[in-house]
Amino acid sequence: MTKLGPGGWSVRLIVLAIGVALLLAPFLFPGVRPIQVAARICVFIVLVASYDLLIGYTGVVSFAHTMFFGLGAYGTAIALSQSDASWGALLIGGALGVLAALVLAVLIGLLSLRVRAIFFAMVTLAVASVALVLASQLSGLTGGEDGLTYSTPDLFSPATPLWHDAAGKTARLFGVRMDGQILAYYLVFFCALLLYLLLLRVTVSPLGTVLKAIRENEARAEALGYRVVAYRTFVFGFTAVMAALAGVLYAIWLQYTGPDTTLSFEIMVDILLMVVIGGMGTMWGAVIGAAALVMAQYYLRDVMQAAAGATAGLPLLPALLNPDRWLLWLGIAFILLVYFFPAGIAGTLTRREARK
Amino acid sequence: MNQLSATMTRLGGVNLLPLIVALVALALIGAPSIWITLTVAGLAMGMMLFLMASGLSLVFGLMDVLNFGHSAFASLGAFVAATVLAHMSGWLGADSWVLNLGALAIAIAAAVGAGLIGGFLFETVIIRPVYRDHLRQILITMGALIVSEQLIIVVWGGSPLPVARPKILQGAFIWGDVSIENYRIFAVVLGVMVYAGLYVLLNRTRVGLLIRAGVENREMVEALGFRIGRLFIGVFMLGSALAAMGGAMWAGYQQLISPDMGAKMMIVVFIVVIIGGLGSIEGTLLGALLVGLIDNYVGFLLPKAALASNMVLMMVILMWRPNGLRPAAK
Amino acid sequence: MNALELSGVQTRIGRYDVLHDISFSVPEGGVFVLLGRNGAGKTTTLRSIMGLRAPHAGSVRFRGEEIAGLHPSVIARRGVAFVPEDMGIFRSLTVAENMTLATLRGRFDGARLEWIHSLFPALKTFWNSTAGGLSGGQKQMLAVARAIIEPRALIMIDEPTKGLAPAIVDAMAEAFREIARDTTILLVEQNFEFARSLGRDMGVIEDGRIVHTGTMAAFAEDRALQTRLLSLSV
Repeated sequence: MTKLGPGGWSVRLIVLAIGVALLLAPFLFPGVRPIQVAARICVFIVLVASYDLLIGYTGVVSFAHTMFFGLGAYGTAIALSQSDASWGALLIGGALGVLAALVLAVLIGLLSLRVRAIFFAMVTLAVASVALVLASQLSGLTGGEDGLTYSTPDLFSPATPLWHDAAGKTARLFGVRMDGQILAYYLVFFCALLLYLLLLRVTVSPLGTVLKAIRENEARAEALGYRVVAYRTFVFGFTAVMAALAGVLYAIWLQYTGPDTTLSFEIMVDILLMVVIGGMGTMWGAVIGAAALVMAQYYLRDVMQAAAGATAGLPLLPALLNPDRWLLWLGIAFILLVYFFPAGIAGTLTRREARK
Repeated sequence: MNQLSATMTRLGGVNLLPLIVALVALALIGAPSIWITLTVAGLAMGMMLFLMASGLSLVFGLMDVLNFGHSAFASLGAFVAATVLAHMSGWLGADSWVLNLGALAIAIAAAVGAGLIGGFLFETVIIRPVYRDHLRQILITMGALIVSEQLIIVVWGGSPLPVARPKILQGAFIWGDVSIENYRIFAVVLGVMVYAGLYVLLNRTRVGLLIRAGVENREMVEALGFRIGRLFIGVFMLGSALAAMGGAMWAGYQQLISPDMGAKMMIVVFIVVIIGGLGSIEGTLLGALLVGLIDNYVGFLLPKAALASNMVLMMVILMWRPNGLRPAAK
Repeated sequence: MNALELSGVQTRIGRYDVLHDISFSVPEGGVFVLLGRNGAGKTTTLRSIMGLRAPHAGSVRFRGEEIAGLHPSVIARRGVAFVPEDMGIFRSLTVAENMTLATLRGRFDGARLEWIHSLFPALKTFWNSTAGGLSGGQKQMLAVARAIIEPRALIMIDEPTKGLAPAIVDAMAEAFREIARDTTILLVEQNFEFARSLGRDMGVIEDGRIVHTGTMAAFAEDRALQTRLLSLSV
């Protein structure tokens, strides 16, 4: 059991439950919205887990994770919208996006991982914001603020039946239409699962141990002969590739790529929040954090809307409860979490069990 | 080569960079009248950036605290000043320059006051619990930036706010075929005055001596009998007030401000301190002037590359000097 | 009355107990020397007294008053000066500025300044130079001069002779004798010759505990004790 990293049985149980729920999501929660939520959770689990490898295991704070996510997504989107909706375009575009992420990450890493961690955070923030502005300015290529809408190969279309029933219509299994969208969902799910297991494997490998040693005491790791900058650059590049792959998946799923879905500062805040809620340096936390926050994003806004309506006559309260003020409450929750709950859900549960 | 670098050092070393940049730009632009206009615009922008960035740099130098929420004070100052100016349209439009500048002075004073109060609250509530913990510091101050931006939307609404300029600072000053906006001259004058004030404070007063000593070795300052914590609150409030003043000036310069100004300025402010080096106001001024000048020159020469120019500048400086041009001695 | 009394002082650095039980008394006046091997806890003892690393148990009494747990700046203003092992010089400031900072109000007592200049003439020569440009010995002089620019009841000095040329060590010893006439010096020293020539009383720290206290004269006679406690081959 200990081979799979830290985490008590209750944490593992929660993660397992989320995994099963995601696997069966199209059947358990039929409808358009739940499957969107489930696919988003899958993509964000990869995104957040790779970020956790960076911040939680290596102690490197980067604000460029959405940029890499965006590179993967835009690579796929641009290729698909510039040519036909072929498999070749999808693969080439995705591969180019991932490659661009890797090259950029290694460049940034070599340039600025030499200096102090806090400097690195500033540099990545600056680079990521330029990427965001570039994406909205180069509208010929990226569609600007409006983003790109495109078709994926026909196999993923809701109009494509996977097989036919006796009457020649799209077959149904437990009442759910077996169409291209189901196939697309399972592509996202299994790819995400594979990437997540790969990340989990890295954290329990000798590499993971070295990374923790560097995080705990950089000078000592250096003295022991580990080339700290090389390790950090490697991890930065690796997590950038993971984020870009998540971006490819998201681009395939949404058939739309724009600044708001991939590059924006709000997505970066979401990732940070998910890592902190779930628990930094645990990997399990990525699953819990992504699931909790994505659900909250889809369903809590409705609650806020209702609350704002109910308090309509009062001063200031409706303005504060307006669903557009979502980010205000997220920010406050974030600050309080970092103060009082820095270990997150996974860390706190594990610690509580260890104490018994 | 060695001789050349020795000569450069004697002439002022990295301090000459803005001058070199200006001369290269003159050669590329050709027309002196355009060059003068662009240079003044660059200096004005640089001075406003200096106001916004100096506090960040000083706070980092003294306490090893990097406040990712620093530009929230610039945003706060901008909105407070815009509100005050909106209520003083009588004075702003009057034919008396005393009333004109009086209104502006009151608006800037209100911004500075808001910066002082905001800085005090920010230091005691947000920063104090996470001294010495960089990871949580980055996360919490980043959260504070988001919250402050949202609070500005709650108070002032989400749509951009127009900012009135005093009558005397409208229009431009024409000299031959050179035209310089009055507001830019004002920004440069105010920036130079603040820099001079800071310079005197840091180099000619006992408090300044304590700050400089604290940047180098805060433990020893405490062992000599001084409470560095109190000094730090003071510096933090001063830095916040300067950022608010810079924000107020920026508001008048742009004449239209929106709540995401804080997050946008943060990026530029970071580039300034990364280039200049953290901890010294000389470095911050150097970085701010370089960014301001290059932004304006490139904006004229290659409009499409203006944004990337600052990024390229930052990368080049990082390759050459990983800690910036003039970081504080540690 | 004793200038300083420590009893049962325990100090942690991070998770580790560095000082387990430090108890000793420093009588008023003269030089008290703390000896011990590298890593025994001598520096941490001085830092605990100064409040830079507050003890979590035990008491530190300075002239009869409890000072454990007070802020270093308060302890300094009660009359304790500290010269750390790295000297704590502000390198980017001038010698004059370093000295000004060591006064509580920013003003020099003319006679005292002259006395310091006579003890350390180099400081007068380089009065307006940047401290970072001084030689190692001159920096050490500046560090000691800062500690005595105003009358203090107790001066703690951590390894002042480390890396200094013999001639400068002699000058330093002379200065310490002069200073110790009207103040108490608590000295941490590896150079046993230097320590013996100055010390009146002494104590030995081993693994975070005081294992011996007595007069320097008696300790200097007892070769067996020296070998056991310090592995000295004098």
